[in-house]
Amino acid sequence: MSAPAPATDALSRLQIARDSQGAIRVRLSGRWTLADGLPSTDSVARELESAPAGTRLVFEAAGLETWDSALVSFLFSAAGLAAARGSAVDTSALPEGARRLLDLSLAVPARVMPQTPKDDALTARVGEVALRAWRTAGDALDFLGETVVALGAFLRGRARFRRVDLMHALESAGVGALGIVALINLLIGAVLAFVGAVQLQQFGASIYVANLVAIGITRELGALMTGIVMAGRTGASFAAVLGTMTVNEEVDALRTMGLKPVEFLVLPRVLATSLMLPALVAYADVLGVLGGTFVGVALLDLGAVEYLRATQSSLELRHVVIGLVKSVAFGVVVALTGCYYGVRCGRSAAAVGEATTRAVVMGIVLVVVVDAVFTVLLHLLHL
Amino acid sequence: MGEPQPHVEVQDLTMAFGSRIVQRDIRFQIRRGEIFVIMGDSGCGKSTLMRHMIGLNRPAKGEVLYDGEPLWEADEDTRERFMDRLGVLYQGAALWSSMTLEENVSLPLAERKRLGPGEARDVARLKLALVGLAGFEGHYPAEISGGMRKRAGLARAMALDPEILYFDEPSAGLDPLSSRRLDDLILELRESSGTTIVLVTHELPSIFELGDNAVFLDAERRTMIAQGRPEQLKHSEEPKVRAFLERGRL
Repeated sequence: MSAPAPATDALSRLQIARDSQGAIRVRLSGRWTLADGLPSTDSVARELESAPAGTRLVFEAAGLETWDSALVSFLFSAAGLAAARGSAVDTSALPEGARRLLDLSLAVPARVMPQTPKDDALTARVGEVALRAWRTAGDALDFLGETVVALGAFLRGRARFRRVDLMHALESAGVGALGIVALINLLIGAVLAFVGAVQLQQFGASIYVANLVAIGITRELGALMTGIVMAGRTGASFAAVLGTMTVNEEVDALRTMGLKPVEFLVLPRVLATSLMLPALVAYADVLGVLGGTFVGVALLDLGAVEYLRATQSSLELRHVVIGLVKSVAFGVVVALTGCYYGVRCGRSAAAVGEATTRAVVMGIVLVVVVDAVFTVLLHLLHL
Repeated sequence: MGEPQPHVEVQDLTMAFGSRIVQRDIRFQIRRGEIFVIMGDSGCGKSTLMRHMIGLNRPAKGEVLYDGEPLWEADEDTRERFMDRLGVLYQGAALWSSMTLEENVSLPLAERKRLGPGEARDVARLKLALVGLAGFEGHYPAEISGGMRKRAGLARAMALDPEILYFDEPSAGLDPLSSRRLDDLILELRESSGTTIVLVTHELPSIFELGDNAVFLDAERRTMIAQGRPEQLKHSEEPKVRAFLERGRL
């Protein structure tokens, strides 16, 4: 017999030796528990490598005290190594429970799944991303088309959805958002006035803070901030609700009842959000100007009446109308994005989270993109 | 006299997700009033086959015919009208969670049959009573047990008096008593109304008790490997089918 290999650690002891027939004998002793750590099979692998192929592997367990999955896991790995070298494994000396568990784990051979080799080259990855984006764009266009058809049916009075769902969506996208929209726009108005005041005071043009806030809020920031808030709030809610309905097969149930999910689920949400956004933006405009007024009056030597008069004289109707028109577009974008990711959600709980995240991110991006498009168009139209 | 036209016919159906084929060359016929079982091991594509038969997933190849009329060749409006002939009980019942049980059942009646609110409510109450849920009309799906949800799902599936009822794993998640009660209900439905029933299941008691005919899908070979009466299939030439039906080892 050759000299025993050193023990792997103090608790789970492992000795490897060759017997007179050349078989590798692995002597297991001590405690083999998960709490004491998982022993390595490296020494067994080395011994198998150095022995001729087909050498028998014999486990002995005379000094084994306690064991759990740590032992079975070690045996499973060692048996795998032996199989790779064409070696038979003798487990007859192992505790009966460990032997049966090992037999059970080896009963069904690992299934080799055919895998398409993955091309990790940069060009391949770029190509994959581009193809995925192309497919998503096509799918999104399909969805948009379905929504336009549903809207046409609604205008002809033939769309089928529950009025109560429209009412719920109106409440959720309207009254439910009043608090957060008020807070954000009050603060945005105040911040805008503060930044403007600091700069304009240097030129003795403090009174123009009122102009800055009035035009900035009504034309641009009131609608933009409300759109972003709604993407995070209502868009996320639509994606989560519709995503959960998709996972629970509720959307399939609509289809098999001959009801169109786009008409039934998407249309009321798009209508509600695009109707409520202008109302919310009008409310946001008032609060934004109010926020500016607080800062203007506090920082500058202006009375509230004087500030509001300056606001009134600088504010033209077109600025307010532009903000309101934008808000309708933002409402459509937010609702469509939330509903799209909800209805196209996968079929697991994780997919709902993913759909919600994507709806918020894409909703915010699209709101900003639409705003940029409006800005360019309005500039070209001299509005 | 020739054979009567099958109520449902699946012709050379191949199901695939992208380039991955789930099952290929599926062909069978279902007679009117029959209880037909689609069975097979887990993950073989039983529910996917049902989704192809009810118009939710488009086949990669092949066709599904109802009374000789093709489902997938039809335009979308025609396919939508096909849906009035089908009722589906989904694995998790798929009740609309924001609606009461009564609203769940009356919605298809109001939308597809154009019944007024009062009429739809009366029919919904009847359907709920038929599945033993009288008195639960105002409950929401989250307020009742899994077995009751299944029965409510069945009431909704029956709402439009469909010619064919599909059941996706009706016994999944149910205790033996609830499962037995649902099986009895399925049988009673067939006996009383002559509805054709397609059952996706791997529950042996249900297969033997209910099934007039069955098809066995194999996950490894990705095709059907046996077809016939469940009792006959116990003696199938395919060892896997015999083992499945005898709950034995391969």
